[in-house]
Amino acid sequence: MRRLPLHLAATLTVAICLFPVYWMVSTAFKPSPDIQTYHPRLVPRRWTLEHFRTAVDADGFGLFWRNSVLVTLGAVLLALVVALGAAYAVARMRWRGRRQFMLAVFIAQMAPWESLIIPVYIISRDTGMLDRLPTLTLVYFMITLPFTVVVLRGFIAGIPPELEEAAQVDGCTRAAAFRKVALPLLAPGLMATSLFGFITAWNEFTYANFLIIKQQDSRTLPVWLSSFQSTFGTDWGATMAASTLFALPALIIFLALQRHVTAGLASGGVKG
Amino acid sequence: MSTVRERSLPGSAGRSPARRMVQAPSRRPPRRDPGRAGPWPYLLIAPAVLGMLYLLVYPLVRAVLISFQDFRLRQLIVGDAEFVGLRNYRTLLSDPQFWEVVRRTFLFMAVDVVVIMALSTLVSLMVERLGRIVRTLVLSSLVLVWAVPVVAATTVFQWLFHSEFGIVNETLTGLGLSSFESYPWFAHGGTAFTIVVVLIVWQSVPFAAVTLYSALVTVPAELYESARMDGAGPVRIFRSVTFPLIRPIFMLVLSLEVIWTFKAFVQIWVMTRGGPGGATTILPVYAVQTALAGQRYDLGSAASMITVLLMSGVLVLYFRQLFRQEGEHL
Repeated sequence: MRRLPLHLAATLTVAICLFPVYWMVSTAFKPSPDIQTYHPRLVPRRWTLEHFRTAVDADGFGLFWRNSVLVTLGAVLLALVVALGAAYAVARMRWRGRRQFMLAVFIAQMAPWESLIIPVYIISRDTGMLDRLPTLTLVYFMITLPFTVVVLRGFIAGIPPELEEAAQVDGCTRAAAFRKVALPLLAPGLMATSLFGFITAWNEFTYANFLIIKQQDSRTLPVWLSSFQSTFGTDWGATMAASTLFALPALIIFLALQRHVTAGLASGGVKG
Repeated sequence: MSTVRERSLPGSAGRSPARRMVQAPSRRPPRRDPGRAGPWPYLLIAPAVLGMLYLLVYPLVRAVLISFQDFRLRQLIVGDAEFVGLRNYRTLLSDPQFWEVVRRTFLFMAVDVVVIMALSTLVSLMVERLGRIVRTLVLSSLVLVWAVPVVAATTVFQWLFHSEFGIVNETLTGLGLSSFESYPWFAHGGTAFTIVVVLIVWQSVPFAAVTLYSALVTVPAELYESARMDGAGPVRIFRSVTFPLIRPIFMLVLSLEVIWTFKAFVQIWVMTRGGPGGATTILPVYAVQTALAGQRYDLGSAASMITVLLMSGVLVLYFRQLFRQEGEHL
């Protein structure tokens, strides 16, 4: 009985967290007449896949999905490779300028990306990179890089260097020692950081909205979704179905890797 | 943060290596001399440094330059921009509408951050007291909210608060508040502002709460026991035992939330475009409106630079915090 208020609070928290998500998914499955009603029902009376069909058949849906996947994967992989090298140099080697480099990485993490749209626009235009997916990939790579370096450095520093040294004594080169001994232990760290990178790039709207202007075929899902309401008039069923399809990969990956999220958070202390 | 790392990393690094480590020291090679690392570290950081120079430093320098130039549509196309000194800054700072935007930005940030920090502290304290199953349930819902993409969440909130078919109006009317029948939330400045705040709070609490919870679990249980034996109540225990111990992470989360809410752009742009009548226009929205809609790239850049300067005040706090924790690892 003493725990009743506690459990009420927990129930309330779960309800507030999940209701908007539930409402998005359940609207997507309701037939239009049940959506456009002054008395919406909590549980759909009838179910339909019609809105998902509308969303998937919409102009360019597959193309924008492909764009989003390409840009996201490209940015995440690039950030992982580049950050792994830098994080190893910082965590395992002593060199002049190490502190200054980490300071630069910390400052870069705070970069005011929203303030850089105009110059990035001008630079991309002058180099003929406007309206192109590689531009977005590079920007997202840069947005996620500092965070990835910080977190991976934390994970590498957590692996005792003696393990690699022992492998080197046994005849491995430094690189082979890292690959065979440290890399497998780094898997959780790599997973946590790529997750944060994935969410950042999958989510990004501002640059995608302002750097892809003429070439509509290069748009990504967030931009497409934001223009969805005007494309479909007041078709809220299709809008919610599209939102569901857009959110789905992020939801699945996040829930599957939930434990690593908190571990990565604890070692990095910062969101991407 | 360092206490959290010690707790979480041994688990993620696995058990067997720790056992192998015991025999390692006897055959450990001599430690490398700091001066003998050679070119390798510089080669390893080169791609990161080049990326930061080209994609971050260079645009930043360009933004600063544009803010000191006469840079409109013509200059964007032809590229013969002239330097005009502080003219753009003078124009902005003498514009009462700009000061209104600055005032609104700080109000928006303050309301968001106070609500986020209060709610997430309460949620994290609650999660800590829950049993294993309920705790997993609550944490999973928090992580789920965190994963909902910003644009998707914004669209859903527009739907929740839809004037005619929205569930919020239906619920409020059902509770007897008949004035909410077909209430147009986005047509009034005050209510549009409130919805943006609610959306940002809903999206931000999960990260803050999960981080604070990961700090709470590092507080040794013995401390609570002895405090209780000394007769301290729950509020006193929080003030004298819990808070001082989670203070570093609390301050870290606080500074991050300040920075993120100060930079909030996507939610407002997608939901209201800064309207109605500028009621939800905060600095980042103002900068983009001025630059891209008004084609005053110079004024837009100047507004962005002022935003950056205002935020640096917060950054100073953040770095002081960060260096206290990370100093020994750098």
